[in-house]
Amino acid sequence: MRLKTTLLAASALALVAAAGASAEELTIATVNNSDMIIMQELSDRFTAETGHTLNWVVLEENVLRQRVTTDIATNGGSFDIVTIGAYEAPIWGAQGWLNSLDDFGDDYDYEDILEPVRNGLSVDGSLYAVPFYAESSFTFYRTDLFEAAGIEAPTEQITYDEFAEIVAAVHDPDNDVFGTCQRGKAGWGENMAFVGPMVNAFGGQWFDMDWNPTIDSPEWHAAITYYVDLMNAYGPPGASSNGHNENRALFADGRCATWIDATSAAGYIYNPDESSVADVTGFFQAPRQVTDKGTGWFWAWALAVPSSSQKVDAAKEFLAWATSKDYVELVGETKGWVAAPPGTRASTYANPAYEEAAPFAGTVLNSILAANPADPTLNPVPYTGVQFVAIPEFQGIGNFVGQQIAAALAGQTTVDEALAASQQMAVREMTRAGYID
Amino acid sequence: MARAVSTSRKTFNTAIAGLLGFVMFFPVLWIVILSFKSEFDAIRSPLAILTSGWTLESYGAVQARSDYFKHFTNSVVISVGSTFLGLLIAVPAAWSMAFVPAKRTRGVLMWMLSTKMLPPVGVLVPIYLIFRDLGILDTNLGLVIVLMLMNLPIIIWMLYTYFREIPGEILEAARMDGASLRDEVLYVLTPMAVPGIASTVLLNIILAWNEAFWTLNLTAARAAPLTAFIASYSSPEGLFYAKLSAASVMAIAPILIMGWFSQKQLVRGLTFGAVK
Repeated sequence: MRLKTTLLAASALALVAAAGASAEELTIATVNNSDMIIMQELSDRFTAETGHTLNWVVLEENVLRQRVTTDIATNGGSFDIVTIGAYEAPIWGAQGWLNSLDDFGDDYDYEDILEPVRNGLSVDGSLYAVPFYAESSFTFYRTDLFEAAGIEAPTEQITYDEFAEIVAAVHDPDNDVFGTCQRGKAGWGENMAFVGPMVNAFGGQWFDMDWNPTIDSPEWHAAITYYVDLMNAYGPPGASSNGHNENRALFADGRCATWIDATSAAGYIYNPDESSVADVTGFFQAPRQVTDKGTGWFWAWALAVPSSSQKVDAAKEFLAWATSKDYVELVGETKGWVAAPPGTRASTYANPAYEEAAPFAGTVLNSILAANPADPTLNPVPYTGVQFVAIPEFQGIGNFVGQQIAAALAGQTTVDEALAASQQMAVREMTRAGYID
Repeated sequence: MARAVSTSRKTFNTAIAGLLGFVMFFPVLWIVILSFKSEFDAIRSPLAILTSGWTLESYGAVQARSDYFKHFTNSVVISVGSTFLGLLIAVPAAWSMAFVPAKRTRGVLMWMLSTKMLPPVGVLVPIYLIFRDLGILDTNLGLVIVLMLMNLPIIIWMLYTYFREIPGEILEAARMDGASLRDEVLYVLTPMAVPGIASTVLLNIILAWNEAFWTLNLTAARAAPLTAFIASYSSPEGLFYAKLSAASVMAIAPILIMGWFSQKQLVRGLTFGAVK
């Protein structure tokens, strides 16, 4: 009897010890946006299911990028899970900074992840980051202002010239309503996210097949001249300092008739608690010009496990939980279907509850499926990425060009000078990096 | 003899000074106002913001999502710790430079100041690697050391300036009365330099409290101070103005209150020795 009790007690102790050993403390670095906040709130359930606890490091996107780059490059091991974008995933994956994520099992249903999203986060067929949410861009417009001006909302993709005519018709500065609000704040993730797809629409590209920069081409010139003229005539004052947030605030406050921006903002514009135009907003595709290729951008926020993490198995468990079909369902049921992470899984769009709660769902899905980062421009290019070029040098080049274009928009320089300076800088950087002689 | 200033001139000067003070304080005031608005109201035009209702919801949301007390404790430990560790090194250093100057003292002082001319990001990777190998990444100890090193030139320079105003003869007299070096520094020099030391301490606590490069880059979850707390509400995609403002108010309030109560010492210390 005594032996039995001792054995039982020993077994119980061993079990507790084993459970204690497998429960890990994970540190996750992430950005501050509504979807990530919901994930943080719901993560208690993951802890209850697995015993793993989570330490959250929430940082602004650019600070996060710098912080995580330093840690991974020096093998610091401060983070077990990092939030990265569609730009970093293929570059970091190819550099061996991330663990591959192909072993989540059949239940995870990799095929359910939308193909452009899966491709955008893979290197040589291996997935290095799993998508948390994905977005493209489309045009938000005010249905009431269109109606008052007698304009029918486009059902087919219109050209930028037609877009300019519409903008002119709904521009009403006397009533504090501007024809269009577009990103002007400098940065590769700010104004260049809008300008990049617009240049694609005008037939331009960042580099030719030999990696020679083509920023001073007639296509770039036509696109940027159009952009500067449009914004100066029909944009809000001080547009060169407006980024996504500023325009979102202006549109939600009823001061913009049109706005081409992230599909992921639709949920907020449709939320009457956050927007005064929730019931008078409609959507149509981002315009084309000489081509319809690469006219809507592609972006995804994804979760990855750095190779410096010492807790890879537990980190992968979290990734499989936070990007699963069950998680989407959990968000839908607890936070409302309109808050479900968009753009990642086909099953989300097949769900009638989501379709009912998010009237923009179909347009978003079509925009994401139409975005093809592997073939983003009229003429063939050696790179992937719609609004960015997936090479490490792009961040610096994109930021510089963004500054030049913001200066042209603010009237501090001409379009010619801005593009000439941009071309010169891009040639210098690409030569230094060894792409061209 | 005091210069005669007419009443109207005085009024004008006061009005200009008041206006300048208001302009400088306005961003802080606007942050405080936004922190008491809803996210929806916080993005509206300035007039609509002022006339809309007041709410504490942003403070509630920030408190619910972040552990303010943990960040606050880290900020106190890091700023006070780095300042006092810096003083331990700087007082003897400034004493020797002020009272026993050598041929190259001036050069050493300039060299110390020149270390402040290097952008911190230039030494980020080496310091990160050293901290990784020592196992002090994301610890208060690591931040105390690095902030002490960053602020040490300023502490030494400030103390050196104050010490130079103290007549060396007094210390000499103490020595003739049999005071040891320790007694001389502790019981003669330090009490006379209290205003200077106090203002140095206050200024360095403020500098360390607001330091946002090293505190963001060398911390993750455990040692993150209030700068990381604010940064977690900043976002280029999503509207968090009200919550960001609430987080900012919560982060600057302690140092603002401390500065308010100690402004007399701060001003006295900063102007110490200005008039002989």
